[in-house]
Amino acid sequence: MRVRITFSKQGALRYTGHLDLHRLWERAMRRASLPISYSQGFHPQPKISLAAALPLGFASRSEVLDVRLNEEIPVENISSRLKDNLPADIRILNIESVEEHAPALQTQVLSAVYDIHLTEPVDGAELTRMVEALMMSESAVRERRGKSYDLRPLIEMLSVVTEASGNVWLRMTLAAREGATGRPEEVLNALGIAPEYTRIERTRLVFKN
Amino acid sequence: MSVLTAEQVELKLDRILLKVQKPGRYVGGELNSIRKDWEKAQTKVAFVFPDIYDIGVSNVGLKILYDQVNQREDALAERAYAPWLDMEELMREHGIPLYTLESKRPLACFDLIGFTLPYETLYTNTLNILDLAGIPIRSMERDESHPIIIAGGHSATNPEPMHAFIDAFAIGEGEEVIHDIINAIQAFKAKRKDEGNPLFHLSSFDARRELLRELTKISGVYVPRFYETMYMEDGTVAYTEPVLPDVPKTVNKRIVAKLPPPPTKFIVPNIEVIHNRVSVEIMRGCTRGCRFCQAGMITRPVRERTVQEVVDAADAAVRASGFEELALMSLSSSDYTYINDLVDAISKRFEGRKLTVNLPSLRIESVSVDLMEKLKQHRSGGFTLAPEAASERMRRIINKFIPDDDIINTTREIYRRGWTTIKLYFMIGHPSETLEDVQAIVDLCRRVIEEGRKVAGWKVKLHAGVSTFVPKPQTPFQWVACDTRGSVLEKQALLKRQLLKDKNIKLSWTKPEDTLVEAWLSRGDRRMADVIYSAWKNGAKFDAWEEGRKYETWIAAFEEHGLDPAFYTHRQRRTDEVFPWEHITAAVRKNFLFQDFRMSLEGQIRVDCRLNCFACGILPTFANLRRENPGEGWKCPDVKTPARKINMELPVVGD
Repeated sequence: MRVRITFSKQGALRYTGHLDLHRLWERAMRRASLPISYSQGFHPQPKISLAAALPLGFASRSEVLDVRLNEEIPVENISSRLKDNLPADIRILNIESVEEHAPALQTQVLSAVYDIHLTEPVDGAELTRMVEALMMSESAVRERRGKSYDLRPLIEMLSVVTEASGNVWLRMTLAAREGATGRPEEVLNALGIAPEYTRIERTRLVFKN
Repeated sequence: MSVLTAEQVELKLDRILLKVQKPGRYVGGELNSIRKDWEKAQTKVAFVFPDIYDIGVSNVGLKILYDQVNQREDALAERAYAPWLDMEELMREHGIPLYTLESKRPLACFDLIGFTLPYETLYTNTLNILDLAGIPIRSMERDESHPIIIAGGHSATNPEPMHAFIDAFAIGEGEEVIHDIINAIQAFKAKRKDEGNPLFHLSSFDARRELLRELTKISGVYVPRFYETMYMEDGTVAYTEPVLPDVPKTVNKRIVAKLPPPPTKFIVPNIEVIHNRVSVEIMRGCTRGCRFCQAGMITRPVRERTVQEVVDAADAAVRASGFEELALMSLSSSDYTYINDLVDAISKRFEGRKLTVNLPSLRIESVSVDLMEKLKQHRSGGFTLAPEAASERMRRIINKFIPDDDIINTTREIYRRGWTTIKLYFMIGHPSETLEDVQAIVDLCRRVIEEGRKVAGWKVKLHAGVSTFVPKPQTPFQWVACDTRGSVLEKQALLKRQLLKDKNIKLSWTKPEDTLVEAWLSRGDRRMADVIYSAWKNGAKFDAWEEGRKYETWIAAFEEHGLDPAFYTHRQRRTDEVFPWEHITAAVRKNFLFQDFRMSLEGQIRVDCRLNCFACGILPTFANLRRENPGEGWKCPDVKTPARKINMELPVVGD
């Protein structure tokens, strides 16, 4: 059976990268005695796939993975077996069984929503002005790993949120398609904010219907 | 300087962690790590493995102690490791003190810090960690506000080079002594709070001194500040004696009569580390008596766990960790009494569970191939054997006697049964070694691979790991000189020139500079403490790492203190020499070691002492423990003579 798990990744687990997260889930399922399917061959790989790699240091409330199991097991049962076998900073938000032949998870992601909390005080009015300028512009050419690219079309939404307390933070929706992925740090750099003075959380992945 | 709170540490960490390699090393949060309520624990202990997380996190010794302490209602234990160079630089720049992974509290907040010192090249890191924690480096500079700094591990069998920095050493096995130390600290603190007690009025420095004096009453605990060393004119030790009447003249190692249940809740790192595996110790100690091997001499007697206990613990630990690999640990697996039963039981229990089982330290005989065959689902990994020396002459000297034919027959069988790579471990620099003995390594390797080709064709590979022998304290070779840099380079050149001609032979070796640092420290005396301090002050740390190598810094530190490095390494010790570690004993008598050393000079071998007791000193020292625990596990043979008589035969070490 094919099972889809939505989970959060917080705290210390922010510093566990994509490949290590794969390994972490494999071990969690072994601890829970869930019969994962493995690929054939000399080095069998567990059939676990994560929707979209989360950059190191980011928290998330919306990670999604698919895993194939060799047996049909009620999803409530899977959930309860996994619950006690995960590190404290990973929490399962939802488990559902999905169509065996549904397209691969990675090909279905369209965009990702990020909330950015600022750990140093900023001038809210100035930030709002810069956000508006960026959103009004036709293009925002930036360089990454020696290649120049246009950041602007990758930004689907960008807004400054001002709470009643005066606390200011950012929310953005960036493209997350294969070959067209916007990175929140790049947007922050374009706004003159150093990423190390922020806490970034991915709050949602947007899939094709 | 005020100590940062856990919250302040975390906030500062968030700003730097993305700038370092593998930030997952520094954040904790692993499954099976234990976070207890800080306020409810009377005694807080931090255990430190002074190398990087990737190496330290899987250390079984610290895992045992971590569990022991956390099982107590009144205490908690957390962990810390040495930050890698990039992280250290940023921590210093941002004013972040070294902290524990569980609560992120600075080490300075703990009552007790326990370092494990499995190898000498961690000494400079230990100083660096104290410095990063904001704790005075030297024991004498600390007062009551600082944690008590203890250390244990194999290197503690010669604690003298570190005597100035460590408050108390735990000699031998730590399972019981850690509780004695915690109890003593708690009892002392209670008295100190009592206005009616004379301790109440002591100054902070005096109170610390009194507490350390209390610790000397615990068997196996060595508090260096209460001892004094005098030297002869030639620089050797005249004697080391207690400066107070009630402090023991000799500190004997501690052992447990019966091995306690093995740990089963292994910490599961959230990043890749060196050993992602469950380790179950099947037995402790070794009866083989290889003369170069410190572990084999200092971990006696042999105590075995039952097959049932090992299999159940392995199963529980694999279930609780999800690890893909299981290691059945011991110094000599083939000597485990029920090795066949164990291998059968393990393969049955884990059948079809995608688990790789490792059984290291197998004897060079065809039975070992059968054992591995039962455990391995496929033969992708190499098959490792350790002849240690390549000529029969040399194997007699080191007391690891195996006929050449056994090596050839066993390796041929390994290739024939489908393993394509064999790793052979050797050492150069054994006592009385000549270039012919080194040439024998080349010849043996060639013969092994040629025989392999006959049965398995040209795909067979050989990996020769050739390290350099370092004479260790508390062994029969504690008297011998360490090979010189020039001689080691010549021997290594010979190996490279001849072995690397064959592209299917891989060769690895140890840089002679690294060997020397280890050798100076292994048999160093108290004067080495200043050398370690200066070397560290001038940048030495991570001495076992390519990135940390600071040979010139060490040489300069020797010069600064007017000491000659060769005195510690390249000098054959006098037969009547008093060693810097004379007052510390692993219960194997100096006379026994000396007799064994003499036998090596004559190429005489001593057989497995399970068959025949050679009176090494273990039985009389631990006679009471054995009487309490006469069970199956303890593998010393029964000695016919009554215990009283044996005692009389034994001269006191050092007299």
